[in-house]
Amino acid sequence: MMERVSEPALQTLPQRDNSLLIVFAIMVVVLVAAPFVTYPLFLMQALCFALFACAFNLLIGYVGLLSFGHALYFGWASYVTAYAAKAWGFPPELAILAGTLTAAVLGVVAGALAIRRQGIYFAMITLALAQMMYFVAVRAPFTGGEDGIQGVPRGHLFGVINLDNPTAMYFVVLVIFLAGFLFIHRVIHSPFGEVLKAIRENEPRAISLGYKTDRYKLIAFILSASLAGLAGATKAIVLQIASLTDVYWPMSGDVVLMSLVGGLGTIFGPVVGAFAILSMQYKLAFLGEWVLVIEGVIFVTCVLLFRRGIVGEIANLLRIKL
Amino acid sequence: MKRLLGLAALAALLACGTAQAQQKQMDVKIGVLTDMASLYADDTGQGSVAAAKLAAEDFMKSHPNVKVEVVSADHQNKPDVGTGIAKQWIDVDHVDMITGVPTSSVALAVMQVVKEKNKALIDSGAGSSDITGSKCNANTVHWTYDTWMLANGTGKAIVKTGGDTWFFITADYAFGHALERDTAAVVEKNGGKVLGKVRVPINTSDFSSFLLQAQQSKAKIIGLANAGGDTINAIKQGAEFGIVAGGQKFAGLLIFAPDIQALGLKAAQGLMFTETFYWDMNDGTRAWTKRWDKERNAPGKVPSMNHAGVYAGTMAYLEAAVAVGSAKDGKAVVDKMKTMTFKDPLFGTTTVRVDGRGIHNAYLFEAKKPEESKYPGDLYKLRATIPADEAFRPLKDGGCPLVKG
Amino acid sequence: MTTIFGVPTMALFGQILIGLINGSFYALLSLGLAVIFGMLNIINFAHGALYMLGAVTAYLLLNYAGIGYWPSLIIAPIVVGCIGIVIERVFLQWLYKLDHLYGLLLTFGLALIIEGVSRHYLGSAGLPYTLPQSLAGGHNLGFMFLPNYRAWVIAVSLVVCFGTWFVIERTKLGAYLRAATENPSLVRAFGINVPRMITLTYGFGVALAAFGGVMAAPIYNVSPNMGSELIIVVFAVVVIGGMGSILGAIVTGFGLGIIEGLTKVFFPEASATVIFVIMAIVLLVRPAGLFGRGT
Repeated sequence: MMERVSEPALQTLPQRDNSLLIVFAIMVVVLVAAPFVTYPLFLMQALCFALFACAFNLLIGYVGLLSFGHALYFGWASYVTAYAAKAWGFPPELAILAGTLTAAVLGVVAGALAIRRQGIYFAMITLALAQMMYFVAVRAPFTGGEDGIQGVPRGHLFGVINLDNPTAMYFVVLVIFLAGFLFIHRVIHSPFGEVLKAIRENEPRAISLGYKTDRYKLIAFILSASLAGLAGATKAIVLQIASLTDVYWPMSGDVVLMSLVGGLGTIFGPVVGAFAILSMQYKLAFLGEWVLVIEGVIFVTCVLLFRRGIVGEIANLLRIKL
Repeated sequence: MKRLLGLAALAALLACGTAQAQQKQMDVKIGVLTDMASLYADDTGQGSVAAAKLAAEDFMKSHPNVKVEVVSADHQNKPDVGTGIAKQWIDVDHVDMITGVPTSSVALAVMQVVKEKNKALIDSGAGSSDITGSKCNANTVHWTYDTWMLANGTGKAIVKTGGDTWFFITADYAFGHALERDTAAVVEKNGGKVLGKVRVPINTSDFSSFLLQAQQSKAKIIGLANAGGDTINAIKQGAEFGIVAGGQKFAGLLIFAPDIQALGLKAAQGLMFTETFYWDMNDGTRAWTKRWDKERNAPGKVPSMNHAGVYAGTMAYLEAAVAVGSAKDGKAVVDKMKTMTFKDPLFGTTTVRVDGRGIHNAYLFEAKKPEESKYPGDLYKLRATIPADEAFRPLKDGGCPLVKG
Repeated sequence: MTTIFGVPTMALFGQILIGLINGSFYALLSLGLAVIFGMLNIINFAHGALYMLGAVTAYLLLNYAGIGYWPSLIIAPIVVGCIGIVIERVFLQWLYKLDHLYGLLLTFGLALIIEGVSRHYLGSAGLPYTLPQSLAGGHNLGFMFLPNYRAWVIAVSLVVCFGTWFVIERTKLGAYLRAATENPSLVRAFGINVPRMITLTYGFGVALAAFGGVMAAPIYNVSPNMGSELIIVVFAVVVIGGMGSILGAIVTGFGLGIIEGLTKVFFPEASATVIFVIMAIVLLVRPAGLFGRGT
């Protein structure tokens, strides 16, 4: 039996009471204070990516499935949300809901196909399906092709909160992120989540115990796709644009990188990873193509020397579970 | 907190007042947002940055109390990247005016940002005539060229010389669609026929399948509604598939001087196209080109009309900003530009129309035969001059909401 | 004009031929992927980037050393093959005991590095690579004008692909390779240096990709992005064909190229997606792939 992807984070560590809660509280405090010291647009974008990475991590960290096509759900949710808000005049909450549902439906279809194979085949299939839908996005009239959907109105949440106000928008994004984050935490620690982890550890054994593992895998896939969609939908409202960048394969690669850097299979890892990678992209944008090279180097270093990621290493050091 | 802010604002106001009274320094920050590494990099890119720097230098020489700073960034031809940079420039770095911005999809996105934040966009490089048409706004000026003007200049000339059946190979984004639409209208208006078209993603490396379709259409003219590297590739691969040898002709609807240089006159000879600037027009353009060459620091390159437009547009904007007294209110500066007449060495007399269209002469050029080229960069023959009042779409036809009546 | 289902036969044959050219590249790349996967159990995400590197090497040789197309056809694959050997020794050899997915992640990182460096030095627009004079021109086949160079690409890819198949399936060296895939410790007991064999296999697979890159240079221009799009299509090809069989990889590559060409005639809107649709159908009907042996 080969080692599983999430092997490093998984060693049984004595669970120190409350450590999760303390870290969560610190995270919330930092995020509430952040917009008063940092560029809010950047923070909102980072939160969307953090949720995206958490969604991705649900699949690889807790079921052991590496999806290389998560841009599909992120990007298409972004398109549908942008279109609903702009062309149909949906209020933001309904537009985001429409985007998330789209991602869920895509998740059902892609998931049903992809779970028919395992391991690297699963990764290649998800990548190929995402690329297919990228080409559809290039051609479909409603996506605006190379132009994307621009000038998406932010509108009023529930008809009352004006999202053109950056502070209001920020806290809406924060609430969405925290809701998604807590939902994932809940899923992982439910009986359902325990079965997922059993599948990750040893699928044949889970099957022999009578679990219909395909069904569990599919449900996890759909949840992950929907949450990735929620992130993409929110991003469309925040940045007021949906474009091909969101559905293209480098986006799928970015989310893998974020989770890997932060720590696969840790609940806080993807959040840390998303902020780290996005800050790097912002701060080093002037380096042009070297950013790509740096990302590549981070990939290689993480895989060779640093498989636990930032949070995984810290957790290991402190002997707590994060 | 509120009171503190109020005090600060008051202090700022006072400071401004004294500044104006003493003719103290006025700061203007200009962002050149352009394509640094992709298919339009030669036609815009670093050359546009060099042009903006020249403009800043020249303007500061004649207006010592104005300090002009130029920053630049790469939008990679992606609207989301362009929007992100524009927002950050304005919010964090206090950029007052954005210029360059080739690629219509990015230009249309940045237009919305400058409108929302009340700054200015002086575009030189994007093509879509919608920028001053149905999607116009009061913070945007469009310099240099647009698809209507290209179609009108080139399309008409070709149909009149017998090229009356067309097949379009179109870049699949706002600019390509607009160019195809505008050209098809001109072709049909002048008695020609459009036999077919195919939409191609930008930055396509292999045109063979599309060229085959064009070949089978038996159209006399294959209209290339694309730009930069795409146009170059299509023409080169067309030669490989024997398109010209088979009796069909290419019409490059948007070709810049650096493209002709890259194609080589052997492949490009005889191509007819419309431009608004050629470096070798007169002493003024030649002198400017010499300085641009030095600033650009890439020997042997010739400037494109986009580069010239960044220079001229920036100069015009700065003049208007000085007339207004501040660059902070983008709409006010653009409004001022619309009331002025600019004399500049590159485009001649230029005015800005109420829809934001910069109005200047255009020219129909033909690429020289290799044996006609006397020195490096000697590329064009002037075939016709299209006077400013005929070169661009009539104001009433654009559908711009800023035009009343 | 003769027509089939309302489509002129001329258009049909023309697009099929062009499809066959694309198919040549699919076949060359999926073949390399299959060979590498067989020995290393790694899916080489850097395959597209190394294909691009082959084209870039040819471009650099031509423009900075004056070395033309013909020598490049040999030199570039050797150079890139050596780079591959270094990659295997420095990075990949540490991963064989880990989950396959780490190999995918690492080679994805390598692909980003190679692509980023190339983009920095070459820009992301394509650079023209001059056609070798001896292959310029073309023939009028009646239904289309076939440039000589494109005919050459089809012919050479066929020869190289089937040559590889022959070496692996029909020679002693190939027998060792196949045996080492099945049972490395047994082969080691016969006194064969298995790690070195693995290294050389990776070098060879990568050299095949670079060879494809040199072949593509005069057609597609030399562009840092040329590999990344292609590799995803090739992944779909590999899923369709299954990686168990060399012959399967070749046949699937050419076959899908032709199908893609046909799609351009009958339903052009779907030409970019057709291979992925076929992949989805194959997954439904035959999850292990057309030539696959289980998962």
